Amino acid sequence: MGEFKVHRVRFFDYMPAAIRAMAFNRRTERLALARADGALEIFNFADNYFQEKVIPGQDGRAVEALCWVGRRLFSAGLNGEITEYDLENLRPRYTVEAYGGPIWTISAVAYSLSGCVPCQVGCEDGTVKMFEVLEDRIQFQRNLDRQKGRIISLCWHPSASLIAAGMMDMIRIFDVETGKGVGASKSKEVVVWSIAFLSDHTIISGDSAGKVQIWDGLTGTLARTHLVTKWDVLALSDESSLVAGTSEGTVVQFQFLSSTLDGQNKDWVRTRTFKNHSHDVRALVHTETAVVSGGMDTQLVVRPLLDKVEKNTQESAMRKMAFPHRSLVCCAKKAGLLLFQFPDHLELWRLGESDGHGNPGDSLPVKRKPEKLIQLKRKGEDHICCSALSPCGGWLAYSTVTSFRLYRLQNNTISITKVSKLPKDLRSAHQLCFSTDSSRLFASSINSSVVVVALNQPECKYLHTLKPKSGEQQPTTASVSLSVRLQLHCTVPVYGSCPTAIAIHPTSSNLVVVHADQQIFEYSLVQKEYTEWSRRLQKQGLHSLWLERDTPITHVTFNPKHPAHIILHDMFMFCVIDQSLPLPEAKTRLFNQMILRSLPEPMRILHRHAFKMCKTFQNLMCVRLLEDHSLVVVERPLLDIMSQLPAPVRQKRFAT
Amino acid sequence: MAALYEGYTLCGLAPAQNQSNSGVLGVEAERDSDHVVVTDSTRSVTLYKVSDQKPLSSWTVKQGQTLTCSAVYNPQTKEYVAVSDGKVIRIWKQEHLLLDQAFKATVSADVWRVHCVAGGEPVVLFKRGAVRLLDALLSAPQQPIEEVLAQEESIRWSTNIVTESQQFAIFTTEQKGDHFLYLQRLNPNTLQRYRLEREEPGLSPLSFSASYRDKHIRLLYLYPNGHVYQSVVSERGLVTDEGGQAFPLPRSLLLSLPVGEGLLEAASAQALDEAHIAVVGVPHPSAGSGKDFLCIWNTNFQTLQAGKEIAGKIYGQLWSFWNKLFIPHGKTLSVIPYECPKSSLASALGKMRQVKTEESKAPTSVPSWNNILHEEKALPSRTVETRKTRITRKSQSSSSLTNYQVLELIKTAPVEEVQREVDLLLSRTDIQDLQPSLGQLASTLVSRTLQDPAFYTPSSLAQLVHTRCLCHSVCPDLVLLALERKDYFLCQLCLQFFPDIPEAITCACLKAFISMSDVDAENGSLEPDGVSFMETLIARERGPDGLLNGFSPTSAAEYRSDGLGGGGTRAQQDEEMTSPPPEQICPVGLHKAVLLNEVLQTAYSDSFLLPHLKDLSSQQVVLFLQYLQFLYLKYSQDAFPQTHGLRSPSLSQILDWVCVLLDAHFTVLVMTPEAKGLLVNLHSFVKSQVRLVSELGKIEGSLQELNKMTAKKDVGQYSIEIIELF
Repeated sequence: MGEFKVHRVRFFDYMPAAIRAMAFNRRTERLALARADGALEIFNFADNYFQEKVIPGQDGRAVEALCWVGRRLFSAGLNGEITEYDLENLRPRYTVEAYGGPIWTISAVAYSLSGCVPCQVGCEDGTVKMFEVLEDRIQFQRNLDRQKGRIISLCWHPSASLIAAGMMDMIRIFDVETGKGVGASKSKEVVVWSIAFLSDHTIISGDSAGKVQIWDGLTGTLARTHLVTKWDVLALSDESSLVAGTSEGTVVQFQFLSSTLDGQNKDWVRTRTFKNHSHDVRALVHTETAVVSGGMDTQLVVRPLLDKVEKNTQESAMRKMAFPHRSLVCCAKKAGLLLFQFPDHLELWRLGESDGHGNPGDSLPVKRKPEKLIQLKRKGEDHICCSALSPCGGWLAYSTVTSFRLYRLQNNTISITKVSKLPKDLRSAHQLCFSTDSSRLFASSINSSVVVVALNQPECKYLHTLKPKSGEQQPTTASVSLSVRLQLHCTVPVYGSCPTAIAIHPTSSNLVVVHADQQIFEYSLVQKEYTEWSRRLQKQGLHSLWLERDTPITHVTFNPKHPAHIILHDMFMFCVIDQSLPLPEAKTRLFNQMILRSLPEPMRILHRHAFKMCKTFQNLMCVRLLEDHSLVVVERPLLDIMSQLPAPVRQKRFAT
Repeated sequence: MAALYEGYTLCGLAPAQNQSNSGVLGVEAERDSDHVVVTDSTRSVTLYKVSDQKPLSSWTVKQGQTLTCSAVYNPQTKEYVAVSDGKVIRIWKQEHLLLDQAFKATVSADVWRVHCVAGGEPVVLFKRGAVRLLDALLSAPQQPIEEVLAQEESIRWSTNIVTESQQFAIFTTEQKGDHFLYLQRLNPNTLQRYRLEREEPGLSPLSFSASYRDKHIRLLYLYPNGHVYQSVVSERGLVTDEGGQAFPLPRSLLLSLPVGEGLLEAASAQALDEAHIAVVGVPHPSAGSGKDFLCIWNTNFQTLQAGKEIAGKIYGQLWSFWNKLFIPHGKTLSVIPYECPKSSLASALGKMRQVKTEESKAPTSVPSWNNILHEEKALPSRTVETRKTRITRKSQSSSSLTNYQVLELIKTAPVEEVQREVDLLLSRTDIQDLQPSLGQLASTLVSRTLQDPAFYTPSSLAQLVHTRCLCHSVCPDLVLLALERKDYFLCQLCLQFFPDIPEAITCACLKAFISMSDVDAENGSLEPDGVSFMETLIARERGPDGLLNGFSPTSAAEYRSDGLGGGGTRAQQDEEMTSPPPEQICPVGLHKAVLLNEVLQTAYSDSFLLPHLKDLSSQQVVLFLQYLQFLYLKYSQDAFPQTHGLRSPSLSQILDWVCVLLDAHFTVLVMTPEAKGLLVNLHSFVKSQVRLVSELGKIEGSLQELNKMTAKKDVGQYSIEIIELF
């Protein structure tokens, strides 16, 4: 197969933001997740937990709570506004000021008898405000009785007639019709961070004293107290079982069980404790089968409950999602430049050089160190949502939700000039892509259209807009690959799972698509059908270990020297698929590089198969092949991310 | 270990022009171990005295006649028998000078070979397979000879074996690639025919050798691919149903010799005894692919025991008589004495220390650079040593006797002489060559000493043990003899150097050492190593008295008061404060301690030791335990022992012995009042050690974390690496 010179890059200081809030839509099985920087992410739990959509954040937007109403997503934050999002175009649709100071919580009734769906927010000034969700906006309805402290948490009774509010030192129950408080439970000097209201009028609260308390909602009396932690109980999520997250990073499960065999006298019993986080658990979701948790340590953890799923299957494996399912790194193959995308700036680096030769496993002496050429700060308060660098290194483009900018880099030196006259259609983009000869820029724009721009010095000229047919929806998250034709060529057959990476082969014009369920398809654009290899792959099926990987392939590229090679990577490995070799059978060992290394040359041929997987590099953000046949590998070790997090409340030390 | 000694030349050869034939038709034993009859392939028969490398007489047939079978010696009639021109049997005695004047008889068919071994009558085997006793044949020389063999079947090899009850003629034949074994019993005559299993197609056996042992005839045969097979045929044989049918002959693979490149061409294997075979014409496994080696293999252990490079062409002929191998090679017939002592596992595999010594005297036959680089020049090797040099060397070392002579001497000579001769023998530089015979020497010495109470040679025995070539199984009585003669120095040496002392003997030593009087013990000298170790240990008795490895006497007292709660401990404690505690004083004398240390260091296995340990009396056990406690305390005081490099028992050995002793005698000790304090003390040690270990476990836990941290390679921010995908 051969040797590769690998540029192992670890200077991309990617730092994800802390998870603030989550909301799960049971009907569509989508999880909405809000981060501390205001960014929103939508995960499709039905499709291998794939991160379908990312709405970039905005300075000053601090999302404190999320809620789904049908397919619509609302957020409320400490800036006092309620925002609805346009999930098609990945931007906020509108914002409504609640006029009650910072909003701590938002809650919508799970189902509604009337046509309009009420939605409530709890505000800093002690009011619970009710909004009516209309077709295209929300409208303020009324205030409930004003209380003294701020409203921290809210929960609807399933009957939609009562609502429980967690406040400073107090829990209050409101009658929705009258707006009056009907009962209150008081405790001493605690913040009720979270609250759950069950159909039997049981109220469960998590507070800053580290207690999970179970109250009788009718009488307002305390039924039971569980001391869960010495610190705050921050998040609570309910069903017949209930989970509570603590600021120690543990998640505690409670279940409504009877302590005796006859099934009488059911009680809330503490059953399991998970420790998957090093920092505060700020958001929790209890799905049918799993506990989903997120917090200050920025990782989203899906922990299946083993009594709900079949053991030892892929479904029962715990998943940690640390990296976005799209690439934040762009690489100029010809120029050897790397573009790193941060929410508020871009960094352009030139790779180092080495003239040495070495044996496999060696580190070569670095003759020239990598250098940071440009740090480009974005304009405006919207965060960067996509960026691209042309293969020749001469053009740089980025886009926010509201603006698009294109820059000309002079001879790969430090000089950068903004291209001032841009076509009108190019307002913003979700994905950017340059053609291989750097003469065209493709931008996926609003309403699933793709704008094609010709890049000529010194200006750029609008060429065409590719518009989808009505009803057709283009995947917006997959990287749009280069296509020079300007007419709709053909439509690739639809597959049930979302594509995570696509690419068109430069010589054979085969389209390679990798999906969230790890399937790989190769489609011949010339013959307009799946290629022979793709059919063979589907017929034989992918290796079970390949299918069990839990991070999606985020990039596909090709090796110009070997047309039969497809290079792809996920977070934990990169893989070169050699289409000329036999596919691995179910019984063959998929990860066979170590074995092949130990075998003598003639024996290797017998054990070889198409999937050559390399796990030397971990936590991969990007794997690209440069023109000089060397690989660029951008790693971001999770330990480095951990080390930049603020100190946790409590750290586990040895023998304490 | 079997050994090959320096060889010497018996006679020169006149090989045929094409060099394929050595020119020797056969070598046969004569009257005793020092005489052989050599028949050359042309016309002459020569009688040699082997040790003198000298021909005694020689007989030649007339020009134009040839000898067609090797001459044999019939010890009963002291006559020689040979066959010339296929059909003429000639019989003569040593005093006949001319062969033509000797007795001649012409028979009616071609003779293949005449065989004669001690204890049997001469047997004549005809080319077509018929067998006759010589006497019967000569009574009617022209009698008709039947044809036994089929058409195209011809004899390849034959021999003659005499057992207690019967005489056998054995021969193998080949017929169109198939090989058959014929077993001809004489008086009454029966014939059995066996078919040899086929090896790979096209391979036929290179050599055969037959031996008789345990009422079975064992046939050994070598194939060109290096496989040596053995087939066993019962002496009594199967019930033969006549019909000439061949039974399949079961075989077992004895050895698979390394053959190097290609197949063997001229090679021969000869059984030496039940476990050893000599092979000539195969490569030495550690010396390339040259096939000119003579090797002795042990078939039980599949090990190469000895090897020797043979100069010149090898013809695949090999005879062995009376511990001598006769090999024609190049233009000489060499005699190579060998020895195959009975192998013990300890000496075959080596055990503990023995391993090192065995390795250091590695194969004597690794070829020199000279031989590899200049193959032509390599010819004058040691094997073709001329008689002259041998004689001169003999005269140089005339004062020292040979091995055998010394052995004979030991049986009768007075102490001083024996001592002197053994010393001389051992002082020779080539002591390594003597190794196989040293065991014999030692056991002869021991048996003489056992028979004769006045005879004892302590220094010779000590010297023998010091060579490290002995082990207990070679001379099993030595240790007990030393104990009996109160030669504690020898005991110590044996315990030190013998890797295989049985537990019973170890216990006997232990018992003797514990119960001997201190006067006895201090008599005589011991190994200085152990003595100086004990001296330093005892000298520390007054050493600094601090917290000992997590255990201090005061804390021990605390435990004791915890455990027992006795009111009398207060006074005892006060006493301990003033004088050194009793367990800090060595309970036995210096020499006794040294000897006990030696016992502690022997190898043993618990289950065999325990029953013998029970023989100790309770007083002995208490004393020994006290001594072990003393050692243990000394060891745990500071980082004392192993730093010295002296011979000393290890801490774990001491603890193991404490455990074994307690196992064997616990009930007795509990009942013995004087052992009570000791046991309580031991208990407190154990307690302190358990605490220490648990603390260490904690530390290990935290240090392991450190280890994990350092194990990660620091990659840094940027590096350029090379990877390879396959």
